[in-house]
Amino acid sequence: MWNSPSEFFAMGGYALYVWSSFGACALVLLLEPIVIRIRNNAVIRRLKQQLIAERFDKESSQ
Amino acid sequence: MSKVNNISTADSRWINWFKWSSPSTFYPVAGKLIPIFWALTAIFGIAGLWVSFFVAPVDAVQGQGYRIIFVHVPASWMSMLIYLVMAGWAGLGLIFNTRLSAMMAQALAPIGAWMAFLSLWTGAFWGKPMWGTWWVWDARLTSELILLFLYLGFIALQASIDNPRRADKAGAILALVGVVNVPIIYFSVKWWNTLHQGASVSLTKAPAMAQTMLWGMLLMTLCFWMYSIAVSLMRVRTLILERETHTDWVRQLNEVNH
Amino acid sequence: MNAFFAIIHRDLLLVMRRKSEVLTALFFFVVVTSLFPLGIGADGALLRKIAPGVLWVAALLSTLLGLQRMFAADYLDGALEQLILTPQSLVLLVSGKIAAHWLVSGLPLVLLAPIIGIQFDLDASSLYVLMASLLLGTPVLSLLGSIGAALTLGVRGGSVLMSLLILPLYVPVLIFGAGAVYANSVGLDITGHFSLLGALLILALAFVPWVSAAALKIAIE
Repeated sequence: MWNSPSEFFAMGGYALYVWSSFGACALVLLLEPIVIRIRNNAVIRRLKQQLIAERFDKESSQ
Repeated sequence: MSKVNNISTADSRWINWFKWSSPSTFYPVAGKLIPIFWALTAIFGIAGLWVSFFVAPVDAVQGQGYRIIFVHVPASWMSMLIYLVMAGWAGLGLIFNTRLSAMMAQALAPIGAWMAFLSLWTGAFWGKPMWGTWWVWDARLTSELILLFLYLGFIALQASIDNPRRADKAGAILALVGVVNVPIIYFSVKWWNTLHQGASVSLTKAPAMAQTMLWGMLLMTLCFWMYSIAVSLMRVRTLILERETHTDWVRQLNEVNH
Repeated sequence: MNAFFAIIHRDLLLVMRRKSEVLTALFFFVVVTSLFPLGIGADGALLRKIAPGVLWVAALLSTLLGLQRMFAADYLDGALEQLILTPQSLVLLVSGKIAAHWLVSGLPLVLLAPIIGIQFDLDASSLYVLMASLLLGTPVLSLLGSIGAALTLGVRGGSVLMSLLILPLYVPVLIFGAGAVYANSVGLDITGHFSLLGALLILALAFVPWVSAAALKIAIE
């Protein structure tokens, strides 16, 4: 179908439009799980600190 | 630890449903489901992209530029589907007063908003070369823009109300009021004769496009669908952790204790 | 039904004691619409073309300004809780509040519109169509606005958030209302626009009081 890679990237003259569209989709689809992962790590870090703080409180009150 | 629902065992049919509405039972289940949906996303994505670029032929009128359809249509369909599912979960949360349903709605909103944005973005990049304009105020584009605003309003409302249960219920009402917009988007090309082209794919008639193009669209739609589910499950797990910090089962999780 | 009129009477009485809030919103409408001819210049043809849009958007924004008043004052002094606790149906009471809001925010807009319209060089038939579209449209604005007001009751930054929530819902009313006036000015048929405006009004009347009542109960509990 495509005679050469450069023909593929040129997309018959529509390169800007096709690759901007696919590129925006790829960007969003790749970044979303990363953002969620960052938020998840933040929550888990906070929970760990909370647990450590509680254990500390319990030990020091005994 | 699993005795979260102290319902009598006499009516086991009821337990089955509401067992899954407990965040503590759903959390590990979601964790196991996420890799499955990522795998499906990859499979459908690779197959879809292959068909989109290497199987589907050149269009007689639009040349290679028509290939944007393989992301534009999936994003649009997903933006509408996700809104309906989100409103459905929010409604269930309102009726049955279950926290997890509301959390699911909250988890779906961001990806739905991104899908609406991508629909408008890819549509603009498709419209410029083919129909000469980045934007036009026809019925379908306007109602898709309204859909994006409805998503953003839902997210903003939940973010600004401090009490989580009140935020859930208020968001549910907003989501349900906005549901009326989705049929408008869908039927707008039938009701108004403006710039956006009419429906080429229908459930009852033969589609008005080449088989390979149709396959490419369907595969990419499935890819976006599996992706939306995977990402929403990831997000709902994070939401569960954030909102259930005071519970025992969260403290006893492996990730937190290690 | 007595409760409905009692609520309207009460709200109107309260408004009459504090006329400034209502008059501010109406004054806003007048000032904003007057700014456009000043800013654009005395180009009659251009003014006639933008008049429907400008007048309708100004009506929208003016309604938004007055929406906070619907529930906020009663919420702050506890009267709203008492209203919810009464044996009368909350839907009826909410309908009364919305009617009172329209009487002081929407109806004056309908009456002022011809005067403002003359500033934009609109002819008589356009003025009639403008008044009719506002007459059908402003109740819908009050109705839909009540949902936003109820949802954002007592929330920090509530008024901006409320505008964000309601404006997408206002868009169809704006499109058909302004569209009717524009269509009339170029000689096209307006029955379609008015049918849709009427349909929006009937649907809003049927569903919105019930939705706003539910939203109020959520905000109070």
